[in-house]
Amino acid sequence: MTQRTSEITVGLFMLAGLAALLFLALQVSGLTPKSAESTYTVYADFNDTGGITPRGRVSMAGVTIGSIESINLNTETFQARVAMSIHGDVDNIPADSAAVIRTSGLLGEQYIDISIGGEMDSLEAGDTFYSTQSAMNIERLISNFASGK
Amino acid sequence: MIDRIASFGRSGLELVVSIGRAGRFLAGVLSGVPRPATGFPLLVKQLYSVGVLSLAIVVVSGLFIGMVLGLQGYTILSDFGSEAAIGQMIALTLVRELGPVVTALLFAGRAGSALTAEIGLMKATEQLSSLEMMGVDPLRRVIAPRLWAGFIAMPVLAIIFSMVGIWGGMLVGVDWLGVFEGSYWGNMQASVDFFDDVVNGVIKSIVFGFVCAWIAVYQGYDCVPTSAGISSATTKTVVYSSLAVLGLDFVLTAVMFGNF
Repeated sequence: MTQRTSEITVGLFMLAGLAALLFLALQVSGLTPKSAESTYTVYADFNDTGGITPRGRVSMAGVTIGSIESINLNTETFQARVAMSIHGDVDNIPADSAAVIRTSGLLGEQYIDISIGGEMDSLEAGDTFYSTQSAMNIERLISNFASGK
Repeated sequence: MIDRIASFGRSGLELVVSIGRAGRFLAGVLSGVPRPATGFPLLVKQLYSVGVLSLAIVVVSGLFIGMVLGLQGYTILSDFGSEAAIGQMIALTLVRELGPVVTALLFAGRAGSALTAEIGLMKATEQLSSLEMMGVDPLRRVIAPRLWAGFIAMPVLAIIFSMVGIWGGMLVGVDWLGVFEGSYWGNMQASVDFFDDVVNGVIKSIVFGFVCAWIAVYQGYDCVPTSAGISSATTKTVVYSSLAVLGLDFVLTAVMFGNF
């Protein structure tokens, strides 16, 4: 094994490692290189956020249009204030649209679905959804049903 | 009775002494700044024998472990009707735990034992002392390239292991058992975070690589220069490396994923 051959194989080995790291970054963890993509932030207040988490999905008609940035408790209203970053090219969400927390499948993860309203004005950056619908809580549903409400 | 207590105390003292010697040895190896012109070819040679030659066992084990995870995960998850989550399960298991840990165990067995035996034989045949006679520092010439090679090669091997394992899981889950390919990758991408999961896994493998290489070269350098001494040093390398890797893995996991 000459020095040159071993240098070449070691170089290939390091390249294979870099390629594998790139694979883990792009294909496995879904890291997108276009991080400079423009987004804008809108807010929604929920009574119960259920199981949504930051980096969760925000979708409209089943298509992902953004992600959940942060979830904080508003200590004045005691509601959860959810910040969502929406892709910049979806800039015409009607202002009276509703943010609804839904579950994908029976046991799947929860996400925010935007039900489209009918108003001509659209939501701007920093706006808050007027109407929201909290996560469906099966225990609460059953207890309401049992108490006849 | 007193004799037993005394021998217990003696083994404790010996343990502390050998840890101290290993620390001084490490400081001696790392303090010598390698000259690029002479150091680089030595490092490349060691990277070849430690890294490239370990690639085959790492790739084959990664493939089979991924395939077994796919099979086992499918059996368990299909009981709950959520076999689509198999991609998430395989990727998180491999990237966080099995990738770094199994690679480190294989690395200790494949490369660590070879390093110990090589250095031990050099010591037994007095090659190390003749280097010293010639005014060449054996720590810098012989030990340092091997230590750095282990340190560099281990994360690369662990990353390749994870990638091959995820691919093997796809082979079983998607191509054989019929999980939808889109949900395999989609669930994976939704749950694996690059910095929380992938980078933490790489940090783990860097720590393991350092510990395994350190134990291997120290055991070789410190062994009793006889054939029995070399064989017991080689055994110690594999045993100590495996225990250190598993123990450190628990500590690192608690720090990284313990949420406290």
